[in-house]
Amino acid sequence: MTSKSLLTEDKRTKARNAAERRFKSYGVAAIAVAMMALAILLTSVIVKGIGAFSQTYVTIDITLPADRLDKEGNRDPAEMAKTTTIGYASVLRDGLIDTLAAAGIETEVSAKDIGDMISKEASATVRNRVLANPDLIGETVNFNLLADGRIDGFFKGRVTMETASRDQNVSPEQLVLAEQMAEVGIIETRINWAFLSLPDASDQRPEAAGLGVAILGSLYMMIVVLVLALPIAVAASIYLEEFAPKNRWTDIIEVNIANLAAVPSIVYGILGLAIFINFMEFNQSSPLVGGLVLTLMTLPTIIISTRAALKSVPPSIRDAALGVGASKMQSVFHHVLPLAAPGILTGTIIGLAQALGETAPLLLIGMVAFVRDYPQAFSDSAGLFGDPSTALPVQIYNWTQRSDPAFVERAQGAIIVLLVFLLIMNAAAIILRRKFERRW
Amino acid sequence: MSFIKLATSAVAIAAASAATAQSRDNVQVAGSSTVLPYATIVAELFGENFDFPTPVVESGGSSAGLKRFCEGVGENTVDIANASRAIRPAEIEECAANGVTDIMEVRIGYDGIVFASQTDGPAFTEFTPTQWYNALAAELPVDGAMVPNPNTNWSQVDAALPDADIMTFIPGTKHGTREVFEEKVILQGCEDSGAMAAIMEINGGDEDAAESACMAIRTDGMSVDIDGDYTETLARIDANPNGVGVFGLAFYENNTSVLKVATMNGVEPTTETISAGDYPVSRPLFFYVKKAHIGVIPGLKEYAEFFVSDDMAGPDGPLAEYGLVSDPELADTQAKIADETTM
Repeated sequence: MTSKSLLTEDKRTKARNAAERRFKSYGVAAIAVAMMALAILLTSVIVKGIGAFSQTYVTIDITLPADRLDKEGNRDPAEMAKTTTIGYASVLRDGLIDTLAAAGIETEVSAKDIGDMISKEASATVRNRVLANPDLIGETVNFNLLADGRIDGFFKGRVTMETASRDQNVSPEQLVLAEQMAEVGIIETRINWAFLSLPDASDQRPEAAGLGVAILGSLYMMIVVLVLALPIAVAASIYLEEFAPKNRWTDIIEVNIANLAAVPSIVYGILGLAIFINFMEFNQSSPLVGGLVLTLMTLPTIIISTRAALKSVPPSIRDAALGVGASKMQSVFHHVLPLAAPGILTGTIIGLAQALGETAPLLLIGMVAFVRDYPQAFSDSAGLFGDPSTALPVQIYNWTQRSDPAFVERAQGAIIVLLVFLLIMNAAAIILRRKFERRW
Repeated sequence: MSFIKLATSAVAIAAASAATAQSRDNVQVAGSSTVLPYATIVAELFGENFDFPTPVVESGGSSAGLKRFCEGVGENTVDIANASRAIRPAEIEECAANGVTDIMEVRIGYDGIVFASQTDGPAFTEFTPTQWYNALAAELPVDGAMVPNPNTNWSQVDAALPDADIMTFIPGTKHGTREVFEEKVILQGCEDSGAMAAIMEINGGDEDAAESACMAIRTDGMSVDIDGDYTETLARIDANPNGVGVFGLAFYENNTSVLKVATMNGVEPTTETISAGDYPVSRPLFFYVKKAHIGVIPGLKEYAEFFVSDDMAGPDGPLAEYGLVSDPELADTQAKIADETTM
């Protein structure tokens, strides 16, 4: 009888080892597929969206004519406000033509088409500056203004001579002129931080659209969610986990909380419309209502993670506290809660991140809207967080529906911003957990 | 116990904020996604040039907007509903039931509906309603009986059309555009081709049934309903060289670098041909104003007046530049708003 060495694998061991290797490779393959999907998503978003963070500007000297901008001649801003932005557009056009002549650029492009190379937003920029400082009238002032979206697209490679020949909104001649202007430095493409601060803009001026209102709205809503959801969820969890008797009622509550966490978010929107807008008569489109709806949506998530955090604190700690004479409440607040805090914080941040990316419930309470005025945190007429606003995911949704192709870049840029915010929040959750987590 | 204090004070602050009366000083608009770009252009210029806050404009569709509009009177309801179709009697009744009685109807202009395909795709340059009917009808009358539509290629529909598989992207039933498309293209084609008469012979002269039979669109995958926006239709056309899509004129005019448009009955869709009434597929666009809110919501009447002013909705205004077909009777509309004439 031959004895087998333990070092030589028999058939069965080989099969088992092979099965293990196969299983490992399945795992690696699964991760590879997931990573690839993520890489494709990120590359597509970044390639399409990075353009939103740079913008083309025109630098021109404009002589502000008194006869057109201040017809009364008394430099009174109230009187001067009668000249609308439409009136200013022709002043800007003449300013650009003069600047071109001064730079020695000759062109066949018509005056109207030259004027169209400046963004429609620019006349508002100039008008606001003139109204704020009426003494500028009559002077020649150097302005740094947004270029039209199609011209901007040309410098970013979105618009080419070939597409321009078929495009009704821009001509190849305008692009040739734009190239000449770039050579002498009248037109310049540079980093556009205004994308993060400007409000939304209409279909006719994609170059002026920014995320300012959306970021503010999202911030206000997150404040409302944090201030309401965290205390309510923690109080509910502590009671359910530490004090409540285990009976039929608490079982029913537990099942319902788990159920609520899985309810489609649009349902909370319907609820919000019925309760907060129709019954309590809060303002529609306001971050207060949005925050309340998102609070309802986030509550179950935070309660579940808080209860899990409380459960993971070993019973021996409670017993020890009770054993040295602490009351039940002292044992919870002095010993259990501090140990569970990292878990609670992590759960809250993840709940907030989920709320930040939510669009569906906001659809019904009027936040999927075109809002251009910055919402104030508090105003006398609208109350706390009562001014209309939008939110980051809503802004993305809105921009993907616009007809001007330049909004594709804006929408993808907004996705990058939202992803960065989510990344920061999720990273904070992981860091907090790593730093404060205790193992027993 | 500082945590408890923090928690209770937070809840107290929230309760206090809820108790303060909320009021609104901006105009609130909801409704049609077709009217939305025009409304945002006007809202933007209104906010820039007037001392009122910029109106807030929501989209969501004509029906959804009118439903919100009819919810009642008060600051927590919308002031204006945009619609790509006229308000229906049922909606007026619902409005009245909720106390919304004095409604001002404002026609802002006309919108053309165009048929466009990839610039490099087959030469879809000329269509007639008859061709669309024969390509898209669910059933066609053949020799005294209704048979499922046998056409799978445009050249089968008409030898003059390119040899390409039928693949159309039409607005879904929730869009106001679908109604116009069915009435002015499919039904028209049904009548023009004589199919209407043939169907009435088959069903014994029931005109209503014949009309619905005409407007039944095939569901075998040759025609795809798009429930999203024109951007979705554009994405589908991009991926489908043989695809033909239904777009609004304004959307097409902003995307002429990737789309080529076809004529209908030999007429090219432009703001001129539509306002002259030559191009057959167009429809009026409206917004509806709650008269009870005028004087309560600051800037409401001014916004309505500004919207239909010659500077905005006139033939040389920014709305026409974007693709709106200016209303020849704009002066009447302006007078109606000035007098606050209700329906």
